[in-house]
Amino acid sequence: MIADKVLSLEGLSKRFGSVVANDNVSLELYRGEILALLGENGAGKTTLMNMLFGHYLPDSGSVHVAGEKGALRPLALGHPQAALEAGIGMVHQHFTLAENLSAFDNILLGSEPLSRLRRDRSTGRAKIDQIMSDSGLRADLDIPVGRMSVGERQRVEILKALYRDVSILVLDEPTAVLTPQEADTLFENIGAMAKDGLSVIFISHKLREVLAFSHRIAVLRHGTKVGEIASADATERTIARMMVGAETPETKRESHEPGAPVLRLENVSVAGRSRRDSLSDADLTVRRHEILGVAGVSGNGQSALAGIISGLMPLSKGAMVIDNATINGHDPLTMIRAGVGRIPEDRHHDGIVGSMSVAENMVIERLDDPEIQTRGLLKRDAIQAHAEKLARDYDVRGPGVEANARLLSGGNIQKMILARVFERSPKLILANQPTRGLDMGAAAEVARRLLEARSRGAAIILISEDLDEILSLSDRIMVIHDGELVEADTRDRETLGLMMAGEAA
Amino acid sequence: MMDILQIVLSESFWAASLRIATPLIFGVLGALLCERAGVLNLGIEGIFVVGAMSGWMAVWLGAGLWGGVLVAAFAGALFGLIHAILTVPLGLSQHVSGLGVTLFATSASYFAYRTALPNVTSPPRIEPFGALDIPILSDLPFLGPVLFQQTALTWLAILMVAIVWYVLNRTALGVAIKAVGDNPASIDAQGLSVYGLRIGAVVAGSALMALGGAFLTMSAFDAFFFGMVNGRGWICIALVIFASWRPGKALLGALLFGAFDALQVRLQTEVGAFLPSQVFLAAPFVLSIIALVIAARSADYPRALLTPWFKGQR
Repeated sequence: MIADKVLSLEGLSKRFGSVVANDNVSLELYRGEILALLGENGAGKTTLMNMLFGHYLPDSGSVHVAGEKGALRPLALGHPQAALEAGIGMVHQHFTLAENLSAFDNILLGSEPLSRLRRDRSTGRAKIDQIMSDSGLRADLDIPVGRMSVGERQRVEILKALYRDVSILVLDEPTAVLTPQEADTLFENIGAMAKDGLSVIFISHKLREVLAFSHRIAVLRHGTKVGEIASADATERTIARMMVGAETPETKRESHEPGAPVLRLENVSVAGRSRRDSLSDADLTVRRHEILGVAGVSGNGQSALAGIISGLMPLSKGAMVIDNATINGHDPLTMIRAGVGRIPEDRHHDGIVGSMSVAENMVIERLDDPEIQTRGLLKRDAIQAHAEKLARDYDVRGPGVEANARLLSGGNIQKMILARVFERSPKLILANQPTRGLDMGAAAEVARRLLEARSRGAAIILISEDLDEILSLSDRIMVIHDGELVEADTRDRETLGLMMAGEAA
Repeated sequence: MMDILQIVLSESFWAASLRIATPLIFGVLGALLCERAGVLNLGIEGIFVVGAMSGWMAVWLGAGLWGGVLVAAFAGALFGLIHAILTVPLGLSQHVSGLGVTLFATSASYFAYRTALPNVTSPPRIEPFGALDIPILSDLPFLGPVLFQQTALTWLAILMVAIVWYVLNRTALGVAIKAVGDNPASIDAQGLSVYGLRIGAVVAGSALMALGGAFLTMSAFDAFFFGMVNGRGWICIALVIFASWRPGKALLGALLFGAFDALQVRLQTEVGAFLPSQVFLAAPFVLSIIALVIAARSADYPRALLTPWFKGQR
């Protein structure tokens, strides 16, 4: 690799109110290099890249970018247009695509002058064809982005950046929504482009892909850069330690013989509003002392599965049996009374009532309990004492149990939900993406609580996109793809990945 | 039954349909432009009144007819700008702001009219746009009276359908307007201005709406009186959904409503003896509600409609 410096960030700092998002971060990038930016949620990775791209104005610090002749020149900060002109392209974690437009229109958006009365489509198309054949990234240009799969949308995002002749490409968690195979293909393409001189920064918290595909790793923690290491010299253990600042406790599994079946789904179909939330002819059994992992890329029927188990969606066919009793009708209360505890996918939206206090949220699923109310009147003192005890036991931190639940951080909201669910010792626990968006410490806590519930005798359904999480926690694994649920009799990542993509039976 | 057939086959029925549809065409196009950019403009009813009053007033004060049209468009754009500033950079509720603009624009128009003409009992008249007589074409059987004896503003409305269609579907600006109404972040990420596009679309859309009002005082009638807009703006808001935000379908929707309205007037005289006249007056509105219920079930709203956007927040 030729050591041409193409980008240098010097002492960037950014505060949001009293929160320091980045503190004096410096970073360099060389031509043809793939740099992985690693760190826990809230470590400041995305903020740093948003400053580079002009979405945020840094409080202090400067950025220099190599010009055409290779000399470093200062970049005007706070202007996405300036970053684009300097050859920096960014692919955001949340796609910035207009779903009503075709891929072609999305790629050209912003690169054509708005004042022209005619568009030159053929030149644009020829250039995109060239980029597609150079990079190996393919997409159907003529269909609306709204009808594309997530993987295809991702490719459109990258093509959009490449169309602007970028020399530096920033990818914010590019594989968060991809199957392992899609992710590997993406990185192979990126690797090939880097060989041709493209410099890449990618943000991730998947240690495996960082080690496999980057040249160099920079680690952020609490807004500061805590270290840099050549990928060849790194191991998962060393970089995990750099990220967290301490050893993460290993999750310990006790061995248990699975007991009697708790939940059985027999030939169950669910007709959702779209294929994304439908289920067809699903069979599933989960027993006491057992964690059943349901792996799959989101949008393949997980919401239908979670919907029927939490009582939010009706079955259109088949039977649901809990403890040998068939469940008729669907409503959340029936399921709660049948002993189901749910950890919802979208904890902010479905897990809490943000404008109610933490204490109220903690009793919201048991308002008919005589400990909580008599003849419809709430026992405020009992609710308060109960909440303070749970907050202590489950280490829920924040501005106190009287404060509105929305003021808690994501990790503490999840702990609050765990407290509410586990307190009732449910027979069956539905954990839908329970660690998504949590930092390693909070994620380890969730895993520990799930394993604890398993030891106690609960049956657990763990729905997750994170294959590593599924593999480390589950006793059995099923794969969900396009509304079909298939038992996986393997723990091989490669095979499971293919099944998630629907490419193997 | 024969009577209805006779009405529907008559030239005057079709000519009237197109005439009634004209202000709606302007209004639907305007509302469509605003909504494609992600902004609901309930100021439309008031902007119609402003257009009707200011266009007529300009002509009455001595401006030419086309001068009046320009004044109306400018006045509409001005009230559109108020709505745009309140809802786009300030991000206020589009419903509340829109209704506020309607109340404000309506009252301001009545106030200006009363201030300029304090002691008038019957509204003063102007010489409105006359039928655009095109030699040969106007003399064609059937088509002549229906198409070629309309006024210049009706032609302008049809031309506007083509222009709005072309801009939305064939220019980079149109692509950007559609993008900002679907996902503003897509515009911001390319270094384009979300606020600029949205404000521009709302201002241009409001100018179009005002032309709908101007047609009423400068073409359909020759004077301004209170209550003359009479819910036409609200009809346009419904027709946009019926049109699924497409200019061609907007023209179709406006014509359909115009035809219902023309039909009910004629049916009143034919079978008025059997049914109270209110039934006929309500008929076009009932029919458009029915059409809307059918169309709205599959409506594909611009995804960012009603959603304000703030920089640096996602």
